[in-house]
Amino acid sequence: MNSGSKYSREELLKNGIRVDGRGARELRPIKLEVGVLSRADGSAYIEQGNNKILVAVYGPRELHPKHLARPDTAILQCVYRMATFSVEERKNPAPSRRELELSKVIKGALAPAIFLKNFPRSTIDVYIQVLQADGGTRCASITAASLALADAGVPMRDLVTACAVGKVNGQLVLDPNDVEDKLGEADMPVAVMPRKRFITLLQMDGRMTKEEFIEAYKMAIDGCMEIYKLQRQALIERYMAVRKESEEEEEEGGDENA
Amino acid sequence: MHDVLSEIERRFIISLANKGRRADGRTLREMRPITIETELIKKAEGSAKVSLGETKVIAGVKAEIGAPFPDEPNKGVITCNAELIPLASPLFEAGPPQEDAIELARVVDRGIRETEMVDMEKLCIIPGEKVWILFIDLYILDDNGNLFDAASYAAVAALLSTRIPKVEVKNGEVKRLDDKELLPIRDLPVSLTFSKIGEHILLDPMLDEERAMECRLTIVTDKEGRVVAVQKSEDGVLSEKDINEALEIAIEKGKEIREKYFMPLLKNRGS
Amino acid sequence: MVVHVKKRQIVLPGEILAEGNKFKSGEGTFREGDKILATVIGLAEIREDSVVVVPLEGVYMPKPGDTVIGKIVNVKLTSWDVDILAPYLATLSPMNVSGKPVDPVKTDLRRIYDIGDLIVAKILAFDRTQPPVLTMKEKNLRKLEGGRLVRMAPTKIPRLIGRRGSMINMIKKKTECQIVIGQNGLIWVSGSSPESEELVVKAIRQIEKEAHTTGLTDRIRELISQKT
Repeated sequence: MNSGSKYSREELLKNGIRVDGRGARELRPIKLEVGVLSRADGSAYIEQGNNKILVAVYGPRELHPKHLARPDTAILQCVYRMATFSVEERKNPAPSRRELELSKVIKGALAPAIFLKNFPRSTIDVYIQVLQADGGTRCASITAASLALADAGVPMRDLVTACAVGKVNGQLVLDPNDVEDKLGEADMPVAVMPRKRFITLLQMDGRMTKEEFIEAYKMAIDGCMEIYKLQRQALIERYMAVRKESEEEEEEGGDENA
Repeated sequence: MHDVLSEIERRFIISLANKGRRADGRTLREMRPITIETELIKKAEGSAKVSLGETKVIAGVKAEIGAPFPDEPNKGVITCNAELIPLASPLFEAGPPQEDAIELARVVDRGIRETEMVDMEKLCIIPGEKVWILFIDLYILDDNGNLFDAASYAAVAALLSTRIPKVEVKNGEVKRLDDKELLPIRDLPVSLTFSKIGEHILLDPMLDEERAMECRLTIVTDKEGRVVAVQKSEDGVLSEKDINEALEIAIEKGKEIREKYFMPLLKNRGS
Repeated sequence: MVVHVKKRQIVLPGEILAEGNKFKSGEGTFREGDKILATVIGLAEIREDSVVVVPLEGVYMPKPGDTVIGKIVNVKLTSWDVDILAPYLATLSPMNVSGKPVDPVKTDLRRIYDIGDLIVAKILAFDRTQPPVLTMKEKNLRKLEGGRLVRMAPTKIPRLIGRRGSMINMIKKKTECQIVIGQNGLIWVSGSSPESEELVVKAIRQIEKEAHTTGLTDRIRELISQKT
């Protein structure tokens, strides 16, 4: 891979500073936008560092083929795909095994939050398109997907937030980028439902001691709580004007909702 | 998926068209607002996102070095791929491109190829052995009608913004340099698409107009106003009157769009 | 009982609205132990005995008794499939149109309603075991002819209706248009001129955009008065 060859392992973390200038516990800059597509029932866009990811939600809606429908619940279908131009070397347009695995774990991260039983025999479809990738795309995807689901009015117990922790030069770092992912010693993506800190995604590859492992997932959850604040902000901003005028209405004492 | 347009909606569109108007206030010969953003994907050699009304398409260009086609050993290669991803519409399904996506890609490709937009001979590195291969990948992000034009504009804009590494050939080995260069551009194809509804042809159909249409006609012109690619798609028939009218509009509007959107992109490339 | 939210505050999924057992958890909320939380993004409301979140977004879920506008999308031997823009395709049988069974051998159902027809119907039944069943046996339920169809987010329909119909009656009166509102977010408008129909459509679009603001009825009245 080209991206790795620019740096040596030692350069990844020198004097507590990472290649992109961050400290060990610093997130990359994150930008979130809700309601960016006109046809989808819900949508969101995230930029996290150099990651650029678009998510659309359709549903609940009828499921075809019918034999996949479950009589007592909606099913959640997640499709995670990367654009051919999202990575350094053009990616083959056909879905890779990695994309299929990620589709599945992302579904596992989002499903526990959704009241699927409210919509038997239907499907809720989450489509994730990575336009540019730079490490941590599954976490960024989950963070955006959660907003897209809220935008679609899908009832949920909580939002879902995700963040990864890497290990670079023996040290744990929050929200690793692509270079740190590829050259580092471990990578642990985590997703939580923030209110009760219920973990809905947990993966690790690399090598960690038990202590490192525990410290790492706690660090990831803390990272998630930071990102959760940004998610709430993005949702509220969408309706800011609505809220302001609702408060004025309260003072006037009128309620026009029939 | 049920994409049935009700009779009431169909009749409404036709009654408006009979008065020379459309549901969003346009005349039959007006395009929706166009915005083009380039260089948004840094990992791609070139990229562009086009909004045509609410229709949104993104194009990325990736450049690789590979073997030329045997029948054109001194020319680089351009290949277009399009995907109607399920993000963009409740009617699109996940999976490999089906005939609609393939038709779209091939028509976009035709416009670029037949105008000779990019000087392919300048993309030759070692004749017969190594040339630049440009992959244009189109992703429909939001389908509100007229994917053909939106995709074509995105592909053209992405090519205009493309930078490929300069190369050095030593002892038959190709070495990529750090320095980059823009593509050699010779022409600017402009695609214009019409929908046939009742007795009328409507330029730049929006979603409901596409659902009501009998068929579609795409005409691509070059900078001299010559016709380089034409495609009638879907079922339905066109009369000679339809074709003549569309031709006239395509040449006139083609010139406008080229001057308003593509010439500035071409001129400002260096900066 | 501790209430954490102000009336009509915007709340997000998972947000705690109230604690204690005095209130019931209403639409848009769920109960977890002694807490009531929001399930959707919306406006919180404390009612007499329940806490409710009025959703700002969301798909239409069929409710028996709702009036809906549906589109015939399939004609089967003894029934029609009707798209009511819900997660479930609705079904209509001739029994629920005229009250009499129809012999499919003698009568082609297409002569009654064909693909592409729009109908006003009511949801007769809907539960977890069956698709929504429609009826057209009540007065005013019929096939629609002419006019225009407008689509609006179902969550904003109450605003279009207004308190006790105040908004919609005002629009009807001033534009002299027939307006049929489907709870599922489809609205049919028919007037004596395309201009009056267009005015209604403009009003609908503005209401959808400004659904949760104050003074909307006055602004809409102004909009319509300008042009009539």
